[in-house]
Amino acid sequence: MYYRDAGQFKTTYAEDSAIFPVLQDRWMICIGVVAAFCLPVITSDYWLTSILLPLLIFSIAAIGLNILVGYAGQLSLGTGGFMAVGAFAAYNLAIRLPFLNYLVVFVVAGLIAALVGMLFGLPSLRIKGFYLAVATLASQFLIEWILVRVPWLTNYSSSGVVSAPPMVLFGHHIESPASKYLLALSIAVVAALAAKNLVRGPIGRSWMAIRDMDIAAEIIGVRPLRAKLLAFAVSSFFCGLAGALWVFLYIGTIEPQAFDLHRSFQVLFMVIIGGLGTILGAFVGAAFVVFLPIALSNASALIGGLPPDVLSNFELIIYGCVIITLLIGEPLGLARLWSLGREKLRIWPFPY
Amino acid sequence: MSDPMFILEVAISGLLSGVLYALVALGFVLIYKASGVFNFAQGIMVLFAALCFVRLQSLFGANGPSHIGFWAALVGAMAIMLLLAICVERLVLRPLVNQPPLTLFMATMGLAVVLEGIASLVGGNLIYPLDIGIADDPIEIFGILVRKVDLFAAAAGTILVAALTVFFQFSRVGRALRAVADDHLAALSVGIPLRHIWILIWSIAGAVALFAGLIWGAKLGVQFSLSTIALKSLPVLLIGGFTSIPGAIAGGLIVGATEKLTEVFLAPALGGAIESWFAYVLALAFLLIRPQGLFGEKIIERV
Repeated sequence: MYYRDAGQFKTTYAEDSAIFPVLQDRWMICIGVVAAFCLPVITSDYWLTSILLPLLIFSIAAIGLNILVGYAGQLSLGTGGFMAVGAFAAYNLAIRLPFLNYLVVFVVAGLIAALVGMLFGLPSLRIKGFYLAVATLASQFLIEWILVRVPWLTNYSSSGVVSAPPMVLFGHHIESPASKYLLALSIAVVAALAAKNLVRGPIGRSWMAIRDMDIAAEIIGVRPLRAKLLAFAVSSFFCGLAGALWVFLYIGTIEPQAFDLHRSFQVLFMVIIGGLGTILGAFVGAAFVVFLPIALSNASALIGGLPPDVLSNFELIIYGCVIITLLIGEPLGLARLWSLGREKLRIWPFPY
Repeated sequence: MSDPMFILEVAISGLLSGVLYALVALGFVLIYKASGVFNFAQGIMVLFAALCFVRLQSLFGANGPSHIGFWAALVGAMAIMLLLAICVERLVLRPLVNQPPLTLFMATMGLAVVLEGIASLVGGNLIYPLDIGIADDPIEIFGILVRKVDLFAAAAGTILVAALTVFFQFSRVGRALRAVADDHLAALSVGIPLRHIWILIWSIAGAVALFAGLIWGAKLGVQFSLSTIALKSLPVLLIGGFTSIPGAIAGGLIVGATEKLTEVFLAPALGGAIESWFAYVLALAFLLIRPQGLFGEKIIERV
């Protein structure tokens, strides 16, 4: 194992504050990203469309929620609502302003979600902890209700379920699973880099100060109003972006029910299981939550002989047990395992 | 529409259903107050308890007179809730002592998923009628129609709350419970038996859940949607305060009455079905004035 930073001397300030200071990290990330971009060559369409695509989109949403919960310490249960805002904003932009580039559509949809997020983040200035968590449920239910009640938002469709218009990007039709996957991957990489840079700069430090103790942060000169609302805005931007991608790349139809409370909890699970306050954790957690049900249903298919409804109940039970076990085993999330292993590797073969 | 008698009737039916929200909220408050855990599984515990009761009743009732079946099922369901409390303490809470509240919250979410699986394994998607021996016919008091079940629930709920308040305020165990909520480790180090306290409080919460489940089940039938009423009782918590037992009742009454009144008088103007979010917005408005709820303990922070 040659994961160690011995001999990598930082001789300039730029090197000292580099985003990935260890050479091996840079290599691993480069190889990982290149491998991810090459993946469509070897994997089947099933893997691309129904496993990797939701994984990437969930990762973006989980990065967003992680910024809010893990870095700024504001517990939110309204993720689904913000995703829905992004999804419906993107849909309306796409059909009402058809000349817009889809990347612009996604960004503007994210910005609209950010505005809504800031609005629902206002109570965080007064209330905190679980009070805030329950209060953010208001956004979830209110947004769902508005989306069902205002027919303009679904373009006066009678069923409430509308299919998204086909996507064209720089003259290419984004239809094949591979192209959808590559687009989602590019956006996810950019989002992860942006988030990583945000949280290690002054903004991220002010968020962490607010998280650790907001009164103390206020005394040393962090403005809670700015920091908290910014956290809500950035988090909702990512969630809105994920919602827009969910509609345009993954399911292809738009309906408020796709972004219900269940979705919010799913993303929260990813953030907690992956590890609060880490960008890596968002990806690991998303992978875990996406893969676990598939693994469980594959495993239960092996057993056979049981009726499917009983099996699905057993899957639920096992799913819950795995989550509890994981929390007991590693309360700081799966990303913590990596950082522990990293510390061990750096000084290997010595124990300390 | 603006007949005062009608308004009164709507308000009273709202107040009575508010008692039922309060009963579910009570379970949340008990566990939060005594262990600092925001127990997300409380809603599914209500369903789980009611389901156990119904299944046991049909099991016992098949060979014996019905009132024996009722009491046997009640004891049986209570035993199951006690067993659940022991399992939760043993398998979930004890390994997580002194972890951040968020981790404990997520653990109860995992627990909710497990219970959901077990409940649908036991119950399936059927709706079980539940008869608790109170005729569900309306009676007239001063010209206002009230359902008997609601009256019974209100009376029983009041007694329950009074008893629990006294228990928390004036007994040694109650004081120990409050100590545990403040700080697990500190409580342990002054010799409070954390394990017994947690089993005790989860059993009480289980009993409250069973009671709430019975009342709701008698009104709506025992079905899976019972678990979603927990979501309705969360704004009750916000208004009343997470740490106050009387607050749960006060919050429940406020939410119940305003919800029914607005549903009747305001919803037609807004396009209907505002029940799903109105309570939350009301709770938000309350929180802006009193961040710790009506009766919640004021959070004092020092740097």
